[in-house]
Amino acid sequence: MDREAIISVRGLRNQFGSNVVHDNLDLDVWRGEVLGVVGGSGTGKSVLLRSIVGLLRPTAGHIKMFGIDALSADEETRIAIDSRNGVMFQDGALFSSLTVRENVEVPLRMIPDLTSELRRALADLKISMAGLPWIAGNNYPSELSGGMRKRAGLARALALDPEIVFLDEPTAGLDPIGASEFDTLIRGLSQQLGLTVFLVTHDLDTLHATCDRIAVLAEKRVLVTGTMSEMLDVDHPWVHEYFHGPRARAAIDAKDRTG
Amino acid sequence: MSDTGSVSADVHITEHDDRRDLTLSGVLTVQTLARFHPKLEELSPKNTRIELSDIERLDTAGAWAIATLQKRMSKAGCHTEMRGADPSHADLLKTVSAALPDIPDRKVTPPTWTDRLDSIGRAVAGGGVFALELCGYLGLFLARLGRAFIHPREFRVTALVHHCQEVGLRAVPIVALMAFLIGVVLAFQGSAQLRQFGAEVFVVDLIAISILRELGILLTAIIVAGRTASAFTAAIGSMKMREEIDAMRTLGIDPAMALFVPRILALLLMLPILGLIANITGLLGGAIMSWVELDISPAMFRTRLIEGTDISHVIVGLVKAPVFALIIGVVGCHAGMKVGNNAESLGRMTSAAVVTAIFAVIVADALFSIFFAQMGV
Repeated sequence: MDREAIISVRGLRNQFGSNVVHDNLDLDVWRGEVLGVVGGSGTGKSVLLRSIVGLLRPTAGHIKMFGIDALSADEETRIAIDSRNGVMFQDGALFSSLTVRENVEVPLRMIPDLTSELRRALADLKISMAGLPWIAGNNYPSELSGGMRKRAGLARALALDPEIVFLDEPTAGLDPIGASEFDTLIRGLSQQLGLTVFLVTHDLDTLHATCDRIAVLAEKRVLVTGTMSEMLDVDHPWVHEYFHGPRARAAIDAKDRTG
Repeated sequence: MSDTGSVSADVHITEHDDRRDLTLSGVLTVQTLARFHPKLEELSPKNTRIELSDIERLDTAGAWAIATLQKRMSKAGCHTEMRGADPSHADLLKTVSAALPDIPDRKVTPPTWTDRLDSIGRAVAGGGVFALELCGYLGLFLARLGRAFIHPREFRVTALVHHCQEVGLRAVPIVALMAFLIGVVLAFQGSAQLRQFGAEVFVVDLIAISILRELGILLTAIIVAGRTASAFTAAIGSMKMREEIDAMRTLGIDPAMALFVPRILALLLMLPILGLIANITGLLGGAIMSWVELDISPAMFRTRLIEGTDISHVIVGLVKAPVFALIIGVVGCHAGMKVGNNAESLGRMTSAAVVTAIFAVIVADALFSIFFAQMGV
């Protein structure tokens, strides 16, 4: 496996007033992998995601995406980088005044000379690939369940065939069946479309089912990265507690049983 | 994908007697889709061999174009064969073909006259239901108010005082200023007209009757409708949105008693007072303008006011206040309870509450006018 760092974060520092969230944080994301970012509440998982996608300017540090310095990039370069990213927010963050199909069409409107029929057909395809029935495209976000909204959010994030997809807590608030369906969906899409996935989660089952590698945020930096089995051998107290707690055990057992 | 402007997709077609050879090459992505898709779309059904080995880049949009072509051909009973696809491209094609939604052709039927009749009927029925619901809320309020008299313990005095402050005291400056300016305008416009007939002194009657009978209370009610109906809807609606109302019910608290009674009662108490303040400041504004513009001294204004204006005008004006208060309060609370579980409906119901309250106040005022005219008051 050639290891091309599609995102590389060096010496990242995020500070709000006197509250230092990240200090000297380093992280690499390899092309084509599914990286799970875990950490306790308030360790700045979402802040890290927002820094990388450019919603938040870090206090210090460097972020390189696709080999381009994303922080010193001019506006045009930044837009070019953004068009290669897709972000799915926690509750989908769909535009409430648009139907699901129109939501998915929004990024497609950026492309010149794409006719409305083509946009519509592509949006229907993305909706279907995200595991929604195409008829759901006619609905407004408020008419959908939480799980369907997340799928619609994923469809919008995938609209332009991004190279990296950022998922913020994709399975939070879903029932176990819906959550594991979503895990399968993410895994399947990442393999079929060659996506790199940056996944912020709390869900141990998701980590087991989808992630190639896990990065643990603690003590204001990325404490350790590695595969699930490597995580089990880390003897940092928080990491140990996280991956050896009763819920972790249940998730591992479940994984073993299903193979 | 900023560099795709320079690269393009190529479609090469060779027609044979029994089949067609289609060679796709270059970059087949969403960026180039609009350029190559039309060429695929105009192909007639025929057995087709698609050569994919020269494709440099393929994304879901490109795969979609190939998959829809294949689907269209097979629907027409023709055979398609893919050749030379890169393994990752073949995977993508398979994924996209599997996900291809089976969408029936859209039929856009123009609305017939029965559809229009249907929508008119629904709108009328909806209006009827809305009026019934408002009556229901009025009844609920009166019932709970009666209950509060029988069981004074259940009544929340603190809430009432708080709402009296919000609805009444805080509205005094804006209501007073508005009425003062209306008085000024009436005096100014009235004097310009009446001076032509040498009847300047009647400007006092004009100001007094129009403010005391109509404008003072009507404009106060409109301002309060804008201020308070929206505040009621926003407060109750956001509680409804966050399931606080349901939580109250499960704790055995009656939302009507806890939320509606203090609010509507506060309005009921405060609106007549605000109306009175508006009357006074309106007359004050009129008096000052008459003095400046027409040299009618304050003493003369007072004498003329007392001689020429019957007390019945004040009563006719203020008697409407409690009715307006009930309308505003009930409309505001009802709209708040109609809020769904999203922020969008909160905004929609808030603006609907203001529009409905102002409209209903003006309708009620018109009915009062007709009533008083018939009664000869």
